[in-house]
Amino acid sequence: MAAKPKIAFYWCAGCGGCEESIIDMAEELLSVAEQADIVFWPVVLDARYGDLEALPDKEIDAAFINGAIRLDEHVRMVRLLRRKSKCIVAHGTCAHLGGVIGLANWHSPRQLLECAFRQMPSMDDPSGALPGDDPPDDEQEPPLPKLLPAVRSLAQVVPVDAFIPGCPPPPETMAAVITDVIHGRLPASGTVFALRKALCHQCPRVDSKPDAIEITRFKRLYNTSWDPEVCFLPQGLICLGPVTRGGCEARCIRANMPCRGCFGPTERIDDFGAGAMALIASMMAGGDETALDRLVDSIADPAGLMYRYSLATSVLGKGPDR
Amino acid sequence: MNRRICIDPVTRLEGHGRIDIRLDEEGNVDRAFFQVPDFKGFEKFCEGRAAEEMPTLTQKICGVCPTAHHIAGVKALDDLFGVAPPPAARTIRELMHLAFVFEDHLLHLFYLGGPDILVNGSACKAGKNVFGVFEELGAAVGRQAIAIRKKVRQLNALISGSALYPVCGLPGGVAQPVAETARQQIAATANEALAFARRLLPLFHEAVLKNNRFRKMARSHAFALRTYYMGLVDEANRVNFYDGRLRIVTPDGDTFVDFPAAAYLDHLREKAVRGSYMKILYLKALGWHGYLDGPASGMYRVGPLARLNAAAGMATPLAQREYERLFNAVGQKPAHNTLLYHWARLIEVLYAAERMVVLTDRPELSDAHVRNLPTQSPAEGVGVCEAPRGTLIHHYRTDTRAIVKQLNLLVATQNNAAAICLSVEKAARALIKNGAVTDRILNQVEMAYRAYDPCLACATH
Amino acid sequence: MVGARDPAIIAFLCHWCAYDGADAAGRARLELPCGVHEVRVMCSGQIDSGMVLKAFEEGADGVMVLGCEPGDCHYKEGNVHAMKRMALLRAVLQSTRLDVRRIRLEWVAAGDGDRYARVVREMAAEIRKLGPVFKPSSQDNHGR
Repeated sequence: MAAKPKIAFYWCAGCGGCEESIIDMAEELLSVAEQADIVFWPVVLDARYGDLEALPDKEIDAAFINGAIRLDEHVRMVRLLRRKSKCIVAHGTCAHLGGVIGLANWHSPRQLLECAFRQMPSMDDPSGALPGDDPPDDEQEPPLPKLLPAVRSLAQVVPVDAFIPGCPPPPETMAAVITDVIHGRLPASGTVFALRKALCHQCPRVDSKPDAIEITRFKRLYNTSWDPEVCFLPQGLICLGPVTRGGCEARCIRANMPCRGCFGPTERIDDFGAGAMALIASMMAGGDETALDRLVDSIADPAGLMYRYSLATSVLGKGPDR
Repeated sequence: MNRRICIDPVTRLEGHGRIDIRLDEEGNVDRAFFQVPDFKGFEKFCEGRAAEEMPTLTQKICGVCPTAHHIAGVKALDDLFGVAPPPAARTIRELMHLAFVFEDHLLHLFYLGGPDILVNGSACKAGKNVFGVFEELGAAVGRQAIAIRKKVRQLNALISGSALYPVCGLPGGVAQPVAETARQQIAATANEALAFARRLLPLFHEAVLKNNRFRKMARSHAFALRTYYMGLVDEANRVNFYDGRLRIVTPDGDTFVDFPAAAYLDHLREKAVRGSYMKILYLKALGWHGYLDGPASGMYRVGPLARLNAAAGMATPLAQREYERLFNAVGQKPAHNTLLYHWARLIEVLYAAERMVVLTDRPELSDAHVRNLPTQSPAEGVGVCEAPRGTLIHHYRTDTRAIVKQLNLLVATQNNAAAICLSVEKAARALIKNGAVTDRILNQVEMAYRAYDPCLACATH
Repeated sequence: MVGARDPAIIAFLCHWCAYDGADAAGRARLELPCGVHEVRVMCSGQIDSGMVLKAFEEGADGVMVLGCEPGDCHYKEGNVHAMKRMALLRAVLQSTRLDVRRIRLEWVAAGDGDRYARVVREMAAEIRKLGPVFKPSSQDNHGR
């Protein structure tokens, strides 16, 4: 009798959304639990790190890892899982591209900690010790994992076999990949479980997207009304669909909000932000420098908009000099 | 020889944690420490971002409660821009929030903390999970629970884009109205949710409240903390998840203070803890005296039991009846035993379902007018809601271009941070004696934090 | 990357004007700074942010895009595209650690060796002042 395939789920600097996406498999999750041996999944099962360490190498058929690599502990854990697993699947935008957690790369760890633990108006002691600062004086407390100098994506730390993009990925995609895995169909190395082409191919408004778009001033969502049937771009609202991989069925557009790029760049684009810049530049009207500067100025926080999900994997998010 | 026991990681909750227990020479607990090894820095890296992105950006703090952040965030934007949403938008927002509370509380009951109280006490580690729960309660109940969560999450996808990633919030409203055809589907789901909640309560009574082991633990001092309690209440001091004033009661149940969330800085303080990334919130008026409960300590609690303690009742009839039942059973109000969070949570499930039915009946739900555009220049805004796990406050300061200059987030489980640490230590002290440590005992120690339904990614952000 | 202390500057030169200007500077034996790597492209409008960022990723400390004066573009509006892209890139860089002075868009007419020489000398001086863009570190694991 063949042994059941073994799978594991782990979160680094995650938020639980990728776990929710798996739990959204609903009844299918029960079949997974019957057909496979889930050896590690902290949100649902009581397995401990020691149980994972005790497994022989390559014992796990596939480990699904989400969350960005933020702490030194995450590096240790994903290297452990890499040793124990035949296949590593990065699921969720954080594991794929660093996710929004990567926005921290424009600051040093010290700046992040100082802000949260000293500068917030509700903090009681603006000069108090930061977590992990001094070693515990009487060794009563366990050592606290430290922030790495910069957030990393999973593939920047260990070899990754496949990627499931999305923040979080659609439950249907998670279900399909997990089902394949437990039936012995491991993904081909380098597979990205999303469309190769842009979201526009799935967008209900694509017919209203003109070939040439000329914007003299970009608008902001908070003080603009827009036509819910028409492409955002000619209405002066930035939607990153044209440079984002499809695969989500345009769920945000169907909720009448523009795409923010969580599936990452289409296959032909290397740096998502650069792709977004190419898109936006191609829509800018005007020919003199003053007009162009004013036009660019109408975009609120261009850097944050264009690197929202992918900063950790961009040269612009490389982290502080050491 | 001094021994050290580590529960690593803690499980069946959202986020990272470990419990470090030190035993003295006699094998009794010297100290138990609850560490949260997780930190991302949202309060820093959201600076410089456009304010209108906050509801979708801050919800990346937590994929289990993104809707709570979305709602608190959009309400902070309302305040920031000085714009109120039209009635349809307010109803839509409250509806999506309650739908989320309903299914998130059920997530806890079936997947997270519930296995502790629903799976037979002697079950080994391998059985204490959702699969064990479905075996215990039967496949039919399991299927219904899964199905109703799916339907309610689909309801939220209909309104907001995705239950995993709601996007509809805008200052002064929401992005799109609810079509009349959608309203019918939503109403059907709300009624199914209520029917399920009504079936669930008696099941809970049988399976849990009549269970001797649970009854013993629910009466045990090992799991009780006499703290202050805080929650949002409406004008009649009834629990409200969407809006209201924050009410704090003393460990004896007297009103301590009642204030609008915008004044939170006058009442709540945060402190850093060396050895953990989770900041602790405490009452400013009383100050921080260490991990102590009692009326002289600034320790307070939020979340289901705390909300019921801080309020004078529930705003819907079935939930009100169950609320009275709980306090009659306990014999006093406030109820201090942490395990009663499980019961209080189900009372809130019932309330959420009843309230969803009320809201789906409101004529303005399918109104076309769902947005008022801001006209004022932004400066500062505070938004509050009750997340399933406790009070959630978003505070934004921006420049006149609505670029965030500072944001401060006081997130649900943080309000419980001190109590969680103390609960774990107290339970460990009471249960671990003379070096006897078994999986079963450690599970009971873990029950001391799981009842809170902690969300640690939220608490550390 | 180049072991010398000379800043590494990638200069994208459009074939019709700027490259000819560089050629002229060479023929006139004008003094040019070391470390400037000239890359000939057909039009300044060809260079998008992705290429600029790639240059930095590969070790450049500064990137220049040199094209025809507005109105003189061989392809009519290629240099206007360059202007738009650079304006946007400059705005993005404001939030990052990459100093905006490390990128530069300039017009160099065909045959204008003097202008070419002055522009690259100014850039080299600026980059020398700014220093290398990323200090190398053994901890940096960019293995992808």
